[in-house]
Amino acid sequence: MKNAYFKLAVPLLISIALAACAKSPEPNSANKSNEPKSAEQIWRSSMKAKNHVGLDRITQTELQKACSNNSDIVANEAQRAVLQQQAMNSVAFPADGNYLGDWQRGEAIAGDGKGLQWNDNPNEPNGGNCYACHELSPKEVAYGTIGPSLKNYGMRGQSEAMLQYTWAKIWNPNAYTLCSHMPRFGDAGILTEQQLKDVMAYLLDPASPVNK
Amino acid sequence: MIIKRLPKLKVIGLCLGLFGVNSAIAQDDPFAEYRAMMGDDNPAIFVSEEGADLWQAPNGPKQASFEQCDLGLGPGIVEGAYAQLPRYFADTQQVMDLESRLFYCMETLQGRSPEEARKKPYSSTGDMGTEIEALVTYIAEQSTGMPIALPQQHPLEIAAYEQGKSLFYYRAGPHDFSCATCHRQSDKRIRLQNLPNLTTNEGAGAAYSSWPAYRISQGLVRTMGWRMQSCGRQQRLPELQPGSEAVISLMTFMGVNAKGTEMAAPGLKR
Amino acid sequence: MAGQIRIRAKLEGDVAEVKALMRHPMETGQRKDSAGNKIPAHFITQVIAKMGDKVVLESQWGAAVSQNPFLSFRVKGAKAGDTITVEWLDNKGETDSGEAVVK
Repeated sequence: MKNAYFKLAVPLLISIALAACAKSPEPNSANKSNEPKSAEQIWRSSMKAKNHVGLDRITQTELQKACSNNSDIVANEAQRAVLQQQAMNSVAFPADGNYLGDWQRGEAIAGDGKGLQWNDNPNEPNGGNCYACHELSPKEVAYGTIGPSLKNYGMRGQSEAMLQYTWAKIWNPNAYTLCSHMPRFGDAGILTEQQLKDVMAYLLDPASPVNK
Repeated sequence: MIIKRLPKLKVIGLCLGLFGVNSAIAQDDPFAEYRAMMGDDNPAIFVSEEGADLWQAPNGPKQASFEQCDLGLGPGIVEGAYAQLPRYFADTQQVMDLESRLFYCMETLQGRSPEEARKKPYSSTGDMGTEIEALVTYIAEQSTGMPIALPQQHPLEIAAYEQGKSLFYYRAGPHDFSCATCHRQSDKRIRLQNLPNLTTNEGAGAAYSSWPAYRISQGLVRTMGWRMQSCGRQQRLPELQPGSEAVISLMTFMGVNAKGTEMAAPGLKR
Repeated sequence: MAGQIRIRAKLEGDVAEVKALMRHPMETGQRKDSAGNKIPAHFITQVIAKMGDKVVLESQWGAAVSQNPFLSFRVKGAKAGDTITVEWLDNKGETDSGEAVVK
């Protein structure tokens, strides 16, 4: 390239480059229709916000992203350790050190499937819906089987270790089982601290039907 | 003339109160027993009749019926169409399920606006049924006994399956639920409701072949699209739109997994 | 609520298989609405089916029958062209009827 042209050529090149930038989405988007869209893009274009449930719910957390596969195993070993540690760190133990509430209120929470759906009233407390997946009281026959039976859970006793383990498991099950199918009842704000205490009592109180 | 009442008298709902009482029965799917008792009797027959009328009736600004609507096997061919949907359509260059295809025919053949076509595809509680529900019931019934055979030829049909698979495992929302949370294991249930494993031929076949279905608890026919929208709600996600890309992709994933199962819709469900 | 019974009557030999779907809430009186108020009982108490003018089925119903009841029965001695009528009466005194021709 001759020097005489250089001064002119630079701004020209820049403007050509800018034009290319402005134009680039067109051929690209034509190619994109053959390119697979991300699952998130498809969900977003296929859903509408309804009542109190917005499209932000489609955005995944790092944990959800890592667990979105057919094995329920985080592929990357280093990430696995990080996520599990994060889950453990997420657990907030009760401020007053008291783990056990009222088992009768806990029973109502365990049977209540309402909460956080677009047809639920956001002003009413959420349920825990434990019975959807777990057997608890032998008197309740309408229990699900996705999770293990928790019948007689209280026979494990009420040692500090047992209380902490159970609390953490309900708060964020990924602390023990990464990619668990169970919701993060504490971490995701599904149940309040008092509700968690009541569910704890339902599991651990010797007077609870779970342990009869 | 002798008129005699034969002892075959059935009333839906007489035995509904028995459900959930006995756990031993619950293990063995009490509803299968109920269905057997009902035999061929399914209130959906009336919805199907209504759908057949709607298929033939002129409608919309163009006063056209659906009889030129191409469901994949040629204009107006209904028999066997449901068992091969979703599939790729050259005219829209898209993979479409039955509901999105019906919207398309409402717009192109009948001249109805997209808003009007999509106004109310699914009944609310207490409603008497919708046009889409009746049409889907009629069209699905014309595939009864035929094996589910979704085409996987066109690149977009193959892409829809892959997309459906990735949507199936996508975890999101406050509960971290994906479709797979409930539908990837066999022989599991929520409360007393058995869950089909949609990743297996058996589970996907049982689910795919039985929708649309008359839901006795609601007194209505519900479509598979409606069922998917309910799944999305239970996942705590926003409202899944009928005929949307996610629905079409997930249906393709299910339908291809269900390959060969004989269609048995309209079904009869709880 | 009138005219919301759908009926189909199919002839097999000299037997008509009649199927009828009735639209009715069939409230038991035991349920509560979302505000906790009891929903008043509202259910069909009597169902009568006729072939021509002749009563072929008479039944007493109660709150145990589901909403939108589906009724199926067979009538011997039917022939093509006969008219089957089904009618109900409920606890509020409302009635409905529908008819179909045996085919």
